[in-house]
Amino acid sequence: MHRRRFAIAAIATTAALVLAACGDDDDDGEAAPTVEPSPEFEAGSTMAELNEAGSITVGTKFDQPLFGLVGPDGVPVGFDVEIAKIIAGELGIDEENIEWVETISANREPFIQDGQVDIVVATYTINDERKQVVDFAGPYYQAGQMIMVLEENSDINGPDDLAGKTVCSAEGSTPAERIRTEYPEATLVPAGAYSECLEPLRNGQVDAVTTDNVILSGFIDQNPGEFKLVGEPFSEEPYGIGLEKGDDDFRSFINDVLEESFEDGRWEEAWEATAGAVLETPEPPTVDRY
Amino acid sequence: MDAVIDNLPLYWAGFRTTLSLTLISGAIALVAGTVLGALRVSPVAPLRWLGTTYVELVRNTPLTLVFIFFVFVVPQLGYTPGSFFIPAVMALSVYTAAFVCEAVRSGVNSVGVGQAEAARAVGLTFGQTLQAIILPQALRTVIPPLINIFIALTKNSSVAGGFFVAELFGTGRQLANANPADVVAVLVGVAVFYLIITIPSGILAARVERRVAFAR
Amino acid sequence: MSSILYDAPGPRARRRELLGSAVAGVVVLGLLYYAYRQLDSRDQWEPERWQVFTDPPLSQSAEDVWRSLLVTGLGATLRAAAVSAVIAAVVGLLLAIARMARVRWVRWPTTAVIEFFRGLPVVLLMFFGVIALGLPIFSGVVFGLVIYNSAIIAEILRAGIVSLPTGQSEAAYAIGLSRTQTLLTILLPQAVRRMLPSLVSQLVVLLKDTSLGFIIGYAELLRRLQQNTQFFGQRYWFQFFVVGAAIYIAVNFTLSRLAVWLERRGTKKAAGGVAAADQAEIAGTRATGAEL
Repeated sequence: MHRRRFAIAAIATTAALVLAACGDDDDDGEAAPTVEPSPEFEAGSTMAELNEAGSITVGTKFDQPLFGLVGPDGVPVGFDVEIAKIIAGELGIDEENIEWVETISANREPFIQDGQVDIVVATYTINDERKQVVDFAGPYYQAGQMIMVLEENSDINGPDDLAGKTVCSAEGSTPAERIRTEYPEATLVPAGAYSECLEPLRNGQVDAVTTDNVILSGFIDQNPGEFKLVGEPFSEEPYGIGLEKGDDDFRSFINDVLEESFEDGRWEEAWEATAGAVLETPEPPTVDRY
Repeated sequence: MDAVIDNLPLYWAGFRTTLSLTLISGAIALVAGTVLGALRVSPVAPLRWLGTTYVELVRNTPLTLVFIFFVFVVPQLGYTPGSFFIPAVMALSVYTAAFVCEAVRSGVNSVGVGQAEAARAVGLTFGQTLQAIILPQALRTVIPPLINIFIALTKNSSVAGGFFVAELFGTGRQLANANPADVVAVLVGVAVFYLIITIPSGILAARVERRVAFAR
Repeated sequence: MSSILYDAPGPRARRRELLGSAVAGVVVLGLLYYAYRQLDSRDQWEPERWQVFTDPPLSQSAEDVWRSLLVTGLGATLRAAAVSAVIAAVVGLLLAIARMARVRWVRWPTTAVIEFFRGLPVVLLMFFGVIALGLPIFSGVVFGLVIYNSAIIAEILRAGIVSLPTGQSEAAYAIGLSRTQTLLTILLPQAVRRMLPSLVSQLVVLLKDTSLGFIIGYAELLRRLQQNTQFFGQRYWFQFFVVGAAIYIAVNFTLSRLAVWLERRGTKKAAGGVAAADQAEIAGTRATGAEL
């Protein structure tokens, strides 16, 4: 699939060069049918701007197993990363020209509002509080909050068993907030990052770790035989792509791209190359065009 | 603003945690730091080395690493505390003690040479000299820097927010996430609570400093 | 080094000291061995875990690992520290001058600003810079470090000026220099020189504080360690911690030695000789008690 995207990008670049040479860069450049992106964007739209710039800045997490991790070589990997590449590809931008910016839970909204990133693909749950300040395309995945305990634990089988227990989660995250509001009987232990919860869980300093099932699955995969997930997901975490509020054209463009990728198998391919190593391939969610 | 007013109880809880972290660690660091300071001027060479090694090691380590040591490494060594408040207090005390030690040491150095000479001349031992003559006088000079250390400790306790303790800064992060539209107000609220501790302490330090300056 | 606090040890005291050292040495070694065994029982010395630095898994090369720590990570740490130090020095100098101003309406607000900046946690300031002011991560880190350190530097410089003998300014006024000229050409240069050790220790503090940037996601050394752990798996956290701590201590220790060296040099050369330098040191600790 790398080769295919590269080909598209190459053709797009060539087309752009040719068009520029003609001094006529509007809409008559009907290239080969495989290259739908570049010429079709309305002048002045975000898509046209990004396409013209030939690069896009994507905010993603660098610390979510399976979704967004960065290796020592500085190259991010994961499902979020692949999704961002699909979108960039449709804008005529190849993956070398994507600038990756690490976003943490707390700075995603400000980064979008101040234009420091063009889009955020960062296990970013769509919710109403956030919609006040940013807009969301997608969802492209539906996660759910779950509970992870030690392999030998048998007391905790779901969120209702958490009463009187200590649960670790990352401060400033939606799962942590949900435990506080919906399961006030449980004691929340706030960590700096989810991965920091693992040592305390191992040492018995906390009874459980909670966050989205996909992230927990990544931990289980990295530490075979130590932890397990219990019960069913007890929340819906639709992961969306954050973008500047009010840019409806861009939002519907990304929604189109996502729907296309659900249908033509690129979404599934991205899943299998990343999270699919641990999790089964789910059905793609339905895009919410609010 | 509503986000701040609605969550005053949370702020209050965070503030209390910050305050108790600061006071408990401050008390431990004061005792440990004074002992270390005495070690650093002691006649026994190995004790001096011990004091020096401690101070050099701790002063050159970022507080975050000290926290990681107490929170994650210590359980590996066989001691697993029941609450995360304990490692936070240990990290803050150990870190702050190094600075208390330095303040005490320069305080001791500030006491006139004649004082020590006179004490030695009347036959007092090292321990007696330190306890009865030097430390009481050093204390006066040392109080302003100690108050500054206390201010720094208050602020440093915010690092605990990244290590499982729900103190003021952690509360701020929690509220900032829950109210993305009111971030500025939420963070200003946190700042105000810190200033409630630090500004009066700063004014106190300046007062004491002026007094000491006159008394000398 | 002799001290007036006690006599030079005699033969018996020396014997006792030797015995004490030996006992203490054995105790320390015993503790270290205990720690070694405890870690061993958790397989922390397993060679496979340390191979992450020589032959890492997941198709990364050892060079990538070391580069991410020493070049990217430490580089980001040093860059943030250097930029902040320069800006903080300039702002701190301006604040110090404003704080010594004769006019009240300059002096008082400056004092208030310094007290205010000094009283806020650096992490909170960084967080505020990034979240509320919308600064990029790097600028946010620099913002937090500059705000706090410029206040401290201003205080150090003021303490240095106050510690100078009054004769200096009296002489300057006597030859007809204005207040500003006196401050800039006579007092400040001496104060900076006198407070150099405190200023350098404040640099160490600043360097250490860059590690707070990891809480807001600045990819400095500590954050790199964390990211590498997350990438390779939590089983390597201890190994990364050990190497990271070693790097931090080595760098900070070098800087601290520089401070000591400057202090020694300063003591020899400072205008007022040893006594003055001692006094400056006291004044310095007073200003920088916050130096942590």
